[in-house]
Amino acid sequence: MPETPTRPDQQHFFAQLDETPVGVVDSVDESAAPASVWKDAWHQLRRRPMFWIASVLIALIVIVAVFPQWFTSVDPRACDLANSSLPPSAGHPFGFNFQGCDIYARTIYGARPSVTVGVLTTLVVVLIGALVGAIAGFYGKWFDSLLSRVTDIFFAIPFVLAAIVIMSVLYDQRGILTVVIVLGVFGWPQIARITRGSVLSVKNSDFVTAAKALGASRASTLMRHIMPNSAAPIIVYATVALGTFIVAEATLSFLGIGLPQSVVSWGGDISDAQRRLRANPVELFYPAAALALTVLSFIMMGDVVRDALDPKARKR
Amino acid sequence: MAWYVGRRFLQLIPVFLGATLLIYAMVFLLPGDPILALGGDRGISDALAERLRERYNLDEPFLVQYLLYLKGIFSLDFGITFSGEEVIDVMKRVFPVTFQLAVMALLFEGIFGIGFGLIAGLRKGKLFDSTALVLSLIVIAVPTFVIGFVLQFVVGVKLGWLPPTVGSNVNFKTLLMPAIVLGAVSFAYVLRLTRTSVAENLSADYVRTATAKGVSRSRVINVHVLRNSLIPVVTFLGADLGSLMAGAIITEGIFNINGVGGTLYRAIIQGQAPTVVSLTTVLVIVYILSNLLVDLLYAVLDPRIRYA
Amino acid sequence: MKIRRFAGFAASLTVGALALAACSNGGSSGENTSAQGSSTGIITTNGNEPQNPLIPTNTAEVGGGKILDLTFAGLVYYDADGAPHNEVAESIESDDAQNYTIKLKSGWKFTNGEDVTAKSFVDAWNYGAKLSNEQLSSYFFEPIEGFSWEKDSELTGLKVVDDLTFTVKLVQPESDFPLRLGYSAFYPLPEAAFEDIEAFGQNPIGNGPYKLDGEGAWEHNTQIKLVPNADYAGDRKAKNGGVTIKFYETQDAAYSDLLSDQLDVLDAVPDSAFATFESELGDRAVNQPAAVFQSFTIGEWLDHFGDDEEGKLRRQALSYAIDRDQITKTIFEGTRTPAKDFTSPVISGWSDSIPGAEVLSFDPTKAKDLWAQADAIKPWSGKFTIAYNTDGGHKAWVDAVTNSIKNVLGIDAEGQAYAVFADLRTDVTAAKAGEKSKLTGANRSGWQADYPGLYNFLGPLYGTGAGSNDGNYSNEEFDALLKQGASDTNQDSANATFQKAQEILFKDLPAIPLWYSNVTGGYSTLVDNVKFGWNSVPLYSDITKQ
Repeated sequence: MPETPTRPDQQHFFAQLDETPVGVVDSVDESAAPASVWKDAWHQLRRRPMFWIASVLIALIVIVAVFPQWFTSVDPRACDLANSSLPPSAGHPFGFNFQGCDIYARTIYGARPSVTVGVLTTLVVVLIGALVGAIAGFYGKWFDSLLSRVTDIFFAIPFVLAAIVIMSVLYDQRGILTVVIVLGVFGWPQIARITRGSVLSVKNSDFVTAAKALGASRASTLMRHIMPNSAAPIIVYATVALGTFIVAEATLSFLGIGLPQSVVSWGGDISDAQRRLRANPVELFYPAAALALTVLSFIMMGDVVRDALDPKARKR
Repeated sequence: MAWYVGRRFLQLIPVFLGATLLIYAMVFLLPGDPILALGGDRGISDALAERLRERYNLDEPFLVQYLLYLKGIFSLDFGITFSGEEVIDVMKRVFPVTFQLAVMALLFEGIFGIGFGLIAGLRKGKLFDSTALVLSLIVIAVPTFVIGFVLQFVVGVKLGWLPPTVGSNVNFKTLLMPAIVLGAVSFAYVLRLTRTSVAENLSADYVRTATAKGVSRSRVINVHVLRNSLIPVVTFLGADLGSLMAGAIITEGIFNINGVGGTLYRAIIQGQAPTVVSLTTVLVIVYILSNLLVDLLYAVLDPRIRYA
Repeated sequence: MKIRRFAGFAASLTVGALALAACSNGGSSGENTSAQGSSTGIITTNGNEPQNPLIPTNTAEVGGGKILDLTFAGLVYYDADGAPHNEVAESIESDDAQNYTIKLKSGWKFTNGEDVTAKSFVDAWNYGAKLSNEQLSSYFFEPIEGFSWEKDSELTGLKVVDDLTFTVKLVQPESDFPLRLGYSAFYPLPEAAFEDIEAFGQNPIGNGPYKLDGEGAWEHNTQIKLVPNADYAGDRKAKNGGVTIKFYETQDAAYSDLLSDQLDVLDAVPDSAFATFESELGDRAVNQPAAVFQSFTIGEWLDHFGDDEEGKLRRQALSYAIDRDQITKTIFEGTRTPAKDFTSPVISGWSDSIPGAEVLSFDPTKAKDLWAQADAIKPWSGKFTIAYNTDGGHKAWVDAVTNSIKNVLGIDAEGQAYAVFADLRTDVTAAKAGEKSKLTGANRSGWQADYPGLYNFLGPLYGTGAGSNDGNYSNEEFDALLKQGASDTNQDSANATFQKAQEILFKDLPAIPLWYSNVTGGYSTLVDNVKFGWNSVPLYSDITKQ
């Protein structure tokens, strides 16, 4: 794009009128509502190949999670010790684990619980954490003191302790949702801290002052101006956390307070494979690889979304 | 500023009371009667169980137990463990080791995370960036016990470069491997946070202004980009110190370190309230102090942030 | 004793025994001590932080037991094969298996110079039995006259005759009483112990082959240093410069140390190394049967498993449905031996051909058939579960056993995990009492011998009202046989009676026997003469290191 003159007296040349439709350049569509950040972001996203790669990957993972039976006809819970640790064979592309279960089927069927736990927990954590952090950072004063100290207490509650207590209270309902609750209730403090820090540094920016001067309400300043500009670290943290939550489910399963034994999950298989570390590490490889692919697609998605939301990046 | 810091210290009191009450309540709510586990599978006779409950105040109602514990704390009596050891002795033993380990892990993730993240952010989309992404993916997807095992087996057992376990020799050399393992996941967080912030700030107005003014690239990066990118990273690192101290259960197990994570885990599993609450209280203080330090650092990193 | 659960992440079932340190140079005479040459190197070995102060009557677990067995000498000790030999005792005599006269050898001293006398034993046992002393092993004194669970009382059955003689009167005849006397609860205590028992618990004063290396030799949660006791007068004389027991949270860490020669002797290989340790250690690997029996108990209160025809059929069907050979081969890589009875092959009197033992073989057809017969009485409903504590490395075999049951019987079966061991114990206790409990099915069970006798595997677990009878099993005929065997002074006929009693167990199956745990271990390139005893503990005093 040629240099766009900012003031008439800076113009150094005149283009031919038929080459430069001045009317179009200069005209202002006064009826149009100002484009929202979110709409802008969508326009940005559509043009990025990485967005489409990540979308396809995520779509694939979601399809596997929702319709595992489309990808394998083997029952992941049909395990026969006669097949213990057998190498790949026809119909069993990844071979068998030491319990004699088909690793491929377990990797496919493990997607639903694992991805659900990862995504739901991330949502819960981001919602609570961003809300608490944003209020603490933006309103400051006693809001900040109160919320920050509550955050400190939550930081210090030992995860294992809280998990055992919550899981035993909700013993009869144990399932994906209880795991999400446990991981969510104790996962938000870090996001709250990061959001608060980010909001603190953004709230003194010129554009915030400008928005206030223009009469924007405090809530709208926070939502429309500060949050989009503080979103980057939240998104980055959330995409990485997604993976660690799936792994954390493994820890819960290992302790016997995660998903019920009958639920096949990547985390559970990773923790079961622990004792095969020296003998047959392949059992560990596939669930871990599936987990890595999921995290990768969400990290890529997070990256492009962040770029799209960031007005600074857009100016380039 | 001094007033701000003073106020933060005053806030320690309600936080201390709130945290101890909450955690004591949670230990109280733990399923199962801890005394019944003392006899293992054989069980324990009713008469003996009753006497032991009395000794550890377990026969009192919850609030009485809690107040007895609080009362003890004010005379520096943190209670005793089921094995008859003073909890204060347990704390004196585990915290120094764990603190060393956590600080080393923090330094590892801080130095390498910020370093790699900075380079990745500056070369966004290039080979180094992709390599860093793969590295962080590995660290996220491969569980700690695998990383720990592989490192221990290769460096400690096969090559013999470093001792495979810590045990009674707590020093820089023995703690080096555990610190790397412990800091691995956080390293991924720091790397990603730094990379994104750097990439974002590279396109900020003030960077263009500085570049346009002819400021050298290294100065632009060090003074303008990095400093402004560090807020989320510093926030993360500040809160991570406490997590590293409390959450090293697996790492401590692999490398046989006698630290807070494992002790706390066992105390929870065994329902030993005095140990759990005392260790956790110290951790709350660690969180509060490191978060205070981070808040003060904000003002250094971003002069627009002011505390009254 | 029970099989202790093992806290820690990658921990597996502990095979380390409640160390009855059966250490011997093979003979029962004391003449050839150090004949094979002694050495000066200090041996390092794995262990666990004792859960209690080091008082013999208050130690009921592996960590403390290992230390006590090296630092104390009792009336008898067990050799590598589990045979008892007199240690401090000169003779233990009885005509009726109820009244015993015990004579001591002279010349034994505690490390503080006190003589070991009849009073040292009588006072120690009285201390251990007294209710208000809250000693975990007090139940060992239950057979002695005067014992009470209700109030503090003296063991009136104990009488000091002279400095080196005392008598014991039991409530009822028990012929294996002398056999029990090598267990740590029966160790003597010096007078100094009673002056300040708390200080004693930190720095115990014993009469064993080793002693603590001065004040503070016990570094909590890290290690304990033992040095040879020059005054020790028995057969287990140390042939090395001492033993340092390093405490490990996980066996994986200990195994890594062993591989790099940072640890000399390991008595528990982690399950992650089951497949590889024999190739990694070569002839330095140890894998031999031990006095550990594993099973799962099905409570009689459970639906479908009551004390009736249906219950018996279902128990038999479950037992036939488990492929023990395959599970021990694949899941345990040969570190377990399929069970043939309810005891252990290292115990004298063990037999692999008790009538009824065929129920332990794998027979899918018969399993299905028996299950169908039970269904004809009352149709099956629900899910079969086996409860276990997650901190003991039990998940893998529970998964394999439930898979085996599922595949053979076509019913739903899975493990029921408990994060907190106390929670499992509380639930078992509550279920036994008919109270509300989360326990939905069977629970894992196991037994590690306190002393090498058949009775020890049967009485405490299946006797009516016995302390560890988790399934509420009760059978008059079985009780009568137990009592008959216990009072029989002839060892052979007593064992025959105990085997008869097991025939009843095979019909009723209060617990389904699974396998015997082997002791798995190994040693470094720096030590020689490593041999493991019947109780899974290495014979430390014989090990040499230059």
